[in-house]
Amino acid sequence: MAANPAPARSGAARRRRRRLVRGGEYGLVVAVLVAVGALADWNSLRTNFFNTDVIGGLFPDIITIGLRNTVVYTAIGFVLGLTAGLVLALMRLSSVPPYRWFAIGYVEVFRGLPALLIFIFVGVGVPLAFPGTSLPGGVYGQAGLALALVSAAYMAETIRAGIQAVPRGQMEAARSLGMSHSRAMRTIIVPQALRTVVPPLTNELVLLFKDSSLALFIGVSLDQRELAKFGQDLAGEKNNTTPIVVAGLCYLAVTIPLGYLARRLEARRGGEAR
Amino acid sequence: MRAIEIEGLRKAFGDDEVLRGIDLAVEAGEVVCVIGPSGSGKSTLLRCVNLLEVPTGGTIRVDGDEITDPDADLDALRRRIGMVFQQFNLFPHLTALENVMVAQVKVLRRPRAEAERIARENLDRVGLADRADAFPTRLSGGQQQRVAIARALAMGPSVMLFDEPTSALDPELVGDVLGVMRGLAEDGMTMLVVTHEMSFAREVADRVVFLDGGVVVEDGPAARVIAEPEKPRTREFLARVLDPAAAAPPKRGKE
Repeated sequence: MAANPAPARSGAARRRRRRLVRGGEYGLVVAVLVAVGALADWNSLRTNFFNTDVIGGLFPDIITIGLRNTVVYTAIGFVLGLTAGLVLALMRLSSVPPYRWFAIGYVEVFRGLPALLIFIFVGVGVPLAFPGTSLPGGVYGQAGLALALVSAAYMAETIRAGIQAVPRGQMEAARSLGMSHSRAMRTIIVPQALRTVVPPLTNELVLLFKDSSLALFIGVSLDQRELAKFGQDLAGEKNNTTPIVVAGLCYLAVTIPLGYLARRLEARRGGEAR
Repeated sequence: MRAIEIEGLRKAFGDDEVLRGIDLAVEAGEVVCVIGPSGSGKSTLLRCVNLLEVPTGGTIRVDGDEITDPDADLDALRRRIGMVFQQFNLFPHLTALENVMVAQVKVLRRPRAEAERIARENLDRVGLADRADAFPTRLSGGQQQRVAIARALAMGPSVMLFDEPTSALDPELVGDVLGVMRGLAEDGMTMLVVTHEMSFAREVADRVVFLDGGVVVEDGPAARVIAEPEKPRTREFLARVLDPAAAAPPKRGKE
C-alpha cells in the first residue's frame, strides 16, 4: 500500500479529534430528545394519535373488515398477477416474435404507470366502457384485477430472470431424455425458476399488500373497506387520527414479518451449495 | 445394422468451423472412444449425434433413421439415445429416484409404479439403490454421475453417448463411474464415449478415434491406436496425455 501522501497527523491528535466528533453526534441526539420532551404537548399527542377510547371502538371491525379485505384484495391480486406474470415471462422468452413484443410492451406500459391510475381506470373507466357488465366478484374482482395488472408486469420480469438463471444444461438434459421444449419448461425449468424467485416474489407480495389500499379509489361499500379506507372513515367519524395509526400498525404487523421472511429465504438460498 | 452412422458431418459456429467432414460408424454393441486435444471438436461431435447442436452439413443416422432429416421426430429419436454430460445435469429439485422416473412418466407415459420399479432397478445397477431418496446436492460428484447414467438407462436407449463423464470428478471418484460404464459395455450396450481416460479406452473400448482440428486423424482398434499410433499427431498427443510430467520445461528467455 502506498504511504499516505498528506503529512500524517500524530496518532494522539487523530484519536482526540475522533472522540470530539463522536461526542458531538451523541450530543445532538440528546439535545433533540430534550427539546422534544420539553416542547411537545404530550397530552394532545396521546388524545390525537393514541386515544384509548377510540382504539376500543375500532375493534373488532378493523380486523374483521379492514384487515380481512386488505388480505382478500391482496390474495386475489397476487394469484391473478402471478399467473399472468408467469404467462408473460414465457411469452417474453418465446421464439415467436409477436408474443415477445406483446410481453415487452405490457411490461413497459404497466411498469411505467402509477398504480393509482390503473385503479381509477379499472374502477371508473371499465364500468363506463362496458355498461351493464360487471367483473366477477364485483369490487373484489375490480381491486384484484387492478392489483394483478400492475403486479403482473413486475412479476413477469422477476420470473423471466429466474428462468434465465436456470443453467443451460438443465434444458439439454431434459431434451436429451426426449422431452419437448414445452414439456421441459413445465417439468424441469419453471419449477426450479419459481424456487429461486420466491424471495423477490415475497417482496412483491409486500408491495401488493400496501398497494391494495388504492382500492379506496374504486368506491367500496362499508363492508368492502380495506384498512386504509377503514382508518380514513373512522378518523373522520371520530375526528381523531388514532384509527390511521392503528391501521398503520396493522399493515406493519404483516409487512415487517413478510419482509423478514423474504430476507431469510434469500439468505438461505445464497448459502445453498450448488 | 449400424447403430450410429455419421457421414460428412460439418458444424460451424459462425466463421469457426469446428467439424470439417467427419465420417464415423459405430456398430451395434460396439464401444468407441473419441480422444483428442481440447478444441478438437469431440464434444461437438457427440452433441450433434442427438442434435443438441444442429449440424451445418452431412447426415447422421441412428439405427438407420436419419436424425438430420428436417421431418424427423426428434423427441422420439432422442428417447433412444441416452446422453451423459460432463456436468451431470441432474435435476436439483428432484430426488435421485425422481430424476430417474420423471422422463419415464412424462415422456414414455409409463405408470408411476412401473416407472419406480424400473428406476430402482437402474439405481441398483449403478450401485446407488440406497441413495434413491437423496437430492443431488447431497450426493458426491461420482454418485451424481451414476444417477445420471441410471436416468439415461431407464429410458431403454439403444445407444449411449458419454461426454467426458469423468472430467468434472475428483480423481478418487472416477473409478466408480468407469466401473459402471465397463459393466454397461460388458452387457453389450452401444457406446460412444468422449474421454481423456486412456486406460478406460485401452481396456474397454473396441475402437479408438483420434480427432484433431475437426477431422478424424486416426481410427482403429483401441489397443493398436493407443500402443502404436500411426500418425505423428496421434503419437504426440498420446505422449503428452500418457505421461504429462515428461513434457519439456518451458524455455526461459530474457525478461
